[in-house]
Amino acid sequence: MPKLTPEDLASIRERMARTMSLREGKARAHVTVHLGTCGIAAGARDVMRVLMNLLEQRDAEDILLTTSGCAGLCSCEPMMTVEVKGQAPVKYVHLDEAKTVQIFESHVLVGKIVPEYALAVGSERVG
Amino acid sequence: MKPYRMHLMLCTGTGCVSNKAFRIRRVLEETLAKHQLQDEIAVVPTGCNGFCAQGPVMVVQPDGIFYQMLAERDVAELVEEHFLKGRPVRRLMFTPSGEREPVPRMSDIGFFGKQRLVALRNRGLIDPEKIEDYIARDGYAALAKVLTEMTPEQVIEEVKQSGLRGRGGAGFPAGRKWESRRKAPGEPKYIVCNADEGDPGAFMDRSIIESDPHSVLEGMVIGAYAIGASRGYVYIRHEYPLAVERLDIAIRQAREFGLLGTGILGGGFDFDIEIRRGAGAFVCGETTSLVASIEGQSPEPRQRPPRTTLWGKPVNINNVETWANVPVILLRGAAWFASIGTEKSKGTKVFSLVGKVRNTGLVEVPMGITIREVVFDIGGGLADGKRFKAIQTGGPSGGCIPASLQNLPIDYEQLTEAGSMMGSGGLIVMDESDCMVDVARYFLEFLTDESCGKCTACREGVPVMYRMLANICEGRGTQGDIELLEELSQAVIDASLCGLGKSAPNPVLSTLRYFRDEYQAHIRDRCCPACVCKPLFHYLIDEDICNGCGACKKSCPHEAIEGEAKSVHRILQDQCTKCGACFDVCPKDAVTKNPNRIETRESREVDELVPA
Ligand SMILES: Cc1cc2nc3c(=O)[nH]c(=O)nc-3n(C[C@H](O)[C@H](O)[C@H](O)COP(=O)(O)O)c2cc1C
Ligand code: SF4
Ligand code: SF4
Ligand code: FES
Ligand code: FES
Repeated sequence: MPKLTPEDLASIRERMARTMSLREGKARAHVTVHLGTCGIAAGARDVMRVLMNLLEQRDAEDILLTTSGCAGLCSCEPMMTVEVKGQAPVKYVHLDEAKTVQIFESHVLVGKIVPEYALAVGSERVG
Repeated sequence: MKPYRMHLMLCTGTGCVSNKAFRIRRVLEETLAKHQLQDEIAVVPTGCNGFCAQGPVMVVQPDGIFYQMLAERDVAELVEEHFLKGRPVRRLMFTPSGEREPVPRMSDIGFFGKQRLVALRNRGLIDPEKIEDYIARDGYAALAKVLTEMTPEQVIEEVKQSGLRGRGGAGFPAGRKWESRRKAPGEPKYIVCNADEGDPGAFMDRSIIESDPHSVLEGMVIGAYAIGASRGYVYIRHEYPLAVERLDIAIRQAREFGLLGTGILGGGFDFDIEIRRGAGAFVCGETTSLVASIEGQSPEPRQRPPRTTLWGKPVNINNVETWANVPVILLRGAAWFASIGTEKSKGTKVFSLVGKVRNTGLVEVPMGITIREVVFDIGGGLADGKRFKAIQTGGPSGGCIPASLQNLPIDYEQLTEAGSMMGSGGLIVMDESDCMVDVARYFLEFLTDESCGKCTACREGVPVMYRMLANICEGRGTQGDIELLEELSQAVIDASLCGLGKSAPNPVLSTLRYFRDEYQAHIRDRCCPACVCKPLFHYLIDEDICNGCGACKKSCPHEAIEGEAKSVHRILQDQCTKCGACFDVCPKDAVTKNPNRIETRESREVDELVPA
């Protein structure tokens, strides 16, 4: 390891930024993949893998990827919810690799919803 | 950097490790691999989270879900339910006592909610063995700023402006100490980090080193630059193996990265740090004793010279927590730091909160927080629904503050005024079942053992006070004891060389100040109102509650209980040794503890016959 200079410190910080925003729970966009039993059966783990690869390729550091259980819409799996800070969450259904990539590029990265694949804008209301 | 979608921040502080955190880590990693999750989810070992009583603990990020009391057998469910399917496991979450619903998120748990992390800013967020983790959280950025933009004088001025005071006990302003060492003649100059932490039950410093060793190292390098020191030592308690190991790793990494050694950060400043293991006694943490120990002499206090020296050269000693505060002050500015706390006590303080509260552990709170907030909001109130009686602050030679002063803001001045002290930050909560005379006896016994024996007043005076207290607890106190204790206290304070002797009478003086009637009850009425001192209370069976089950009679090892089956039982006071077996077994809670009141008049007459 060569001795660091003040500039090296800054580049280590940059390189680690995604790791840290994950730990601090800070994010601009939040993607939730529904990984219930039916979701997994329908291929939700592949959706997850595609997303993980996209995150790495894009070096997108302020995007959180989490999972949740069955969303009660098993016939529409695989599904994911995208929530960009300051906007209502959007549920996407019947995902495959191509759709996932498209949603990521458009909605997650630049905030443009992809209405063709969206189930509904906003989350279900209770009561 | 390979992205993960989830980080499992598993506590591997001393407390959690003793509850098998390392085993859990292994099983976690194996189970994640079994589900092919190893590339999506990382296990990150962290330092102590302060909630050791609930250990092993783990925080799942980014959701912030807090799990506690984990065992190997819980891992499979956690991985399948939460980490794979995103359904947090409720039964492993923290449920505040008295409530039914668990609190999933760490930030919503009362114990954590009121804390303000400055010295412990990286707690639970970094792997203490990875310097990159520290750098990612702005580590060594303050050092870079100091070395490239500031003169040593400016650094000292900033620390002075911040109002930072020593966290090791005396609360001396750090900036002023640095200034005097900078001006002191003599080369080379030294820096010491005092990590001796001799208070029984205290683990603030251990925890800081275990969870964030680089924060201490960075503080020391900045201090060295300000003072003009070229060599530093961390004097650390030898019973802290994990802390020593992490510190050692941190020092090696810092050297490798050019943050210690020659030409730090590519500039012209040289400084290096070595670890020195402590000799183990409480008094070793005292300045002159510590310096003697580093010099290789016997670790006992000396007559204090106007300025402490190491090998005849200027040395600047600060406590672990003091050093850990330094980088943030330089990075965020003195004004920011000074905005936290009270007029004369700035910033935060780390306390170890123990005793009769529901939530025990390590907490960092802003100076000026009230005793009530610490005991009730963070500590969750008293365990077993008992009444709050007093809080002992400042370590073994600190004092007891009564519940009636629970609105007292905690800072250096207020604690001293109340007859106690900040010390290094021990807080022991006591309830109605604690006897204050017995508490004073306990601490004086500890201090008797820890006196190095150099000063006559401390060597002879402290044990005499201890024996008097022991006598009072055994029902052999005499009129005049209280006055004598007060006189002795003053004599020990006046004639002792070091802080141990000077503060040893604190436990006695503070309990006398607030609980004098309890002393009087012991001496005059032969009564221990809290029912702790065995000769001064007795067990009785409540006739209205006892159903004659006979459990007590069977449990009593001294055949001191009589009674026929299914009829009320009775304790024969002459035979009872107060072992408490019956009290513990009675299924109806019919056995009660009762302060002796019956003999009052007799004992008073006896006292008048026996000259004090
Ligand atoms: C008996 C005795 C024990 C002490 N033990 C410690 C200790 O374990 N750790 C510590 O930092 N300071 C301890 N001190 C205080 C030190 O003498 C010294 O004031 C302190 O390390 C200075 O650092 P600070 O100004 O940053 O607090 C002790 C003092 C006395 C009198
Ligand atoms: S006061 Fe007590 S501990 Fe301190 S030097 Fe004197 S004898 Fe030793
Ligand atoms: S154990 Fe309790 S209830 Fe049973 S005989 Fe003894 S006092 Fe009575
Ligand atoms: S060691 Fe884990 S919480 Fe303290
Ligand atoms: S001997 Fe009396 S309570 Fe046990």
